[in-house]
Amino acid sequence: MHMKLTLKIWRQEDKDSKGKFESYEVKINEHMSFLEMLDVLNQELIELKKDPVAFEHDCREGICGACGLVINGRPHGPLQGTTTCQLHMRHFKDGQTVWIEPYRAKAFPVIKDLVVDRSSFDRIVQAGGFISVGTGQAPDGNTIPIESDVVEKSMDAAACIGCGSCVAACPNGAAMLFTAAKVSHLGLLPQGKIEHHGRVATMVRQMDKEGFGNCSNIYACEAECPKEISVDTIAYLNRSYFGSTFMSDLSP
Amino acid sequence: MSLTGLFLILFLIVHLTINFTVVFNDDGMLFGELVHMMESSPLIKVISYVLYLSILLHIIQAYLLYLQNRKAKGQKYKISTRANATFASKNMTLLGSLILIFLIIHLLDFFYGLKISHTLPEEALYDEVIHVYKKPGYVVLYTVSMIFLALHLSQGFQSAFQTLGLNHRKYTPIIKFLGLVYSIIIPLGFAIIPVYVYFFK
Ligand code: FES
Repeated sequence: MHMKLTLKIWRQEDKDSKGKFESYEVKINEHMSFLEMLDVLNQELIELKKDPVAFEHDCREGICGACGLVINGRPHGPLQGTTTCQLHMRHFKDGQTVWIEPYRAKAFPVIKDLVVDRSSFDRIVQAGGFISVGTGQAPDGNTIPIESDVVEKSMDAAACIGCGSCVAACPNGAAMLFTAAKVSHLGLLPQGKIEHHGRVATMVRQMDKEGFGNCSNIYACEAECPKEISVDTIAYLNRSYFGSTFMSDLSP
Repeated sequence: MSLTGLFLILFLIVHLTINFTVVFNDDGMLFGELVHMMESSPLIKVISYVLYLSILLHIIQAYLLYLQNRKAKGQKYKISTRANATFASKNMTLLGSLILIFLIIHLLDFFYGLKISHTLPEEALYDEVIHVYKKPGYVVLYTVSMIFLALHLSQGFQSAFQTLGLNHRKYTPIIKFLGLVYSIIIPLGFAIIPVYVYFFK
């Protein structure tokens, strides 16, 4: 089925310009993904010799985390547990108006149109440092026994694709769910336990330095996370943070 | 935030237990005795200083966090849904500020005369309470403020546990339930006192 949509898209020349919403009409197919819909629009804009809408994307299969947009007020759009690239147009109604905005947070400055600079996330991960695993040949499977519940928890946290929708959803602009996911993913497993205390401290410090807000347990992040990471990880981060503050001999 | 919050949560239980005796039909006998006990106990005196400190810290931290968070959130969205967020969770600072205004009025009513200017002797406290709660304006002020308190507590209770990292598959649902019960019963109990005094005393 073909659909007609009115798009209100945030256009912004560069980091320092002001930006505003522009209105566009598109005719598309309901089986297209949201990004394919934007491709159609951009093709038309290019043919008209106009500046296409800048948006980020890479894998288009929901695993890289590049494609976050705020669609009608929701990071990654209306569908639960879905990235923008995996969102299909059949979830919209023919004739609907769709507002498309970039992520908004001080630590995620807009570079152009819908593209934001998320290198603050990279710096948080870098601040986490290394884990002590020998390189070379892959070790035999199951040489380190780990309780299955613990593996599950760690793997759930490892599902984080670093898209930043938790920050975009948070009324405080906090990056707690992201940082908590990374900390849980590494800290729960024996391989990551060794540097756990130090890692928690440095990652939290970097998070604050980047200008992210503070968590006040609103849990909007959990609702918008395309990988459905639980706020339980945040409790784990908090617990670990107390541990690293009071129980570790590492100097801060 | 969480530690001071939890301490204030404990304080409210004690505060309500004592105050609720105002509605008893004994001309303030039990209330007077309890007030005297609290006033003369050195332990309570120490705890009361911890309480003042907690309130101050809670307020100062709240505004500092508010300012930081407002800066961090960046430009406003044209359309914002904030799924999962409740009115209370999004407006803790606003609710807290309203409670602060109430607290100031409340302290001026009783605390100031009792502890600072010493114009209100301990024995006259019961009569003063009755006197104040006979004014309709006050009854409205006290009951409306308790709604703000209820909302504030509904988010604050379980939030404090989460911030302390106290999260458990089995116990978190219980904490959430207790928080709900607490945030209804405590403010309701407080609100009943002026309403009861106004109509039946
Ligand atoms: S483009 Fe990779 S997750 Fe959407």
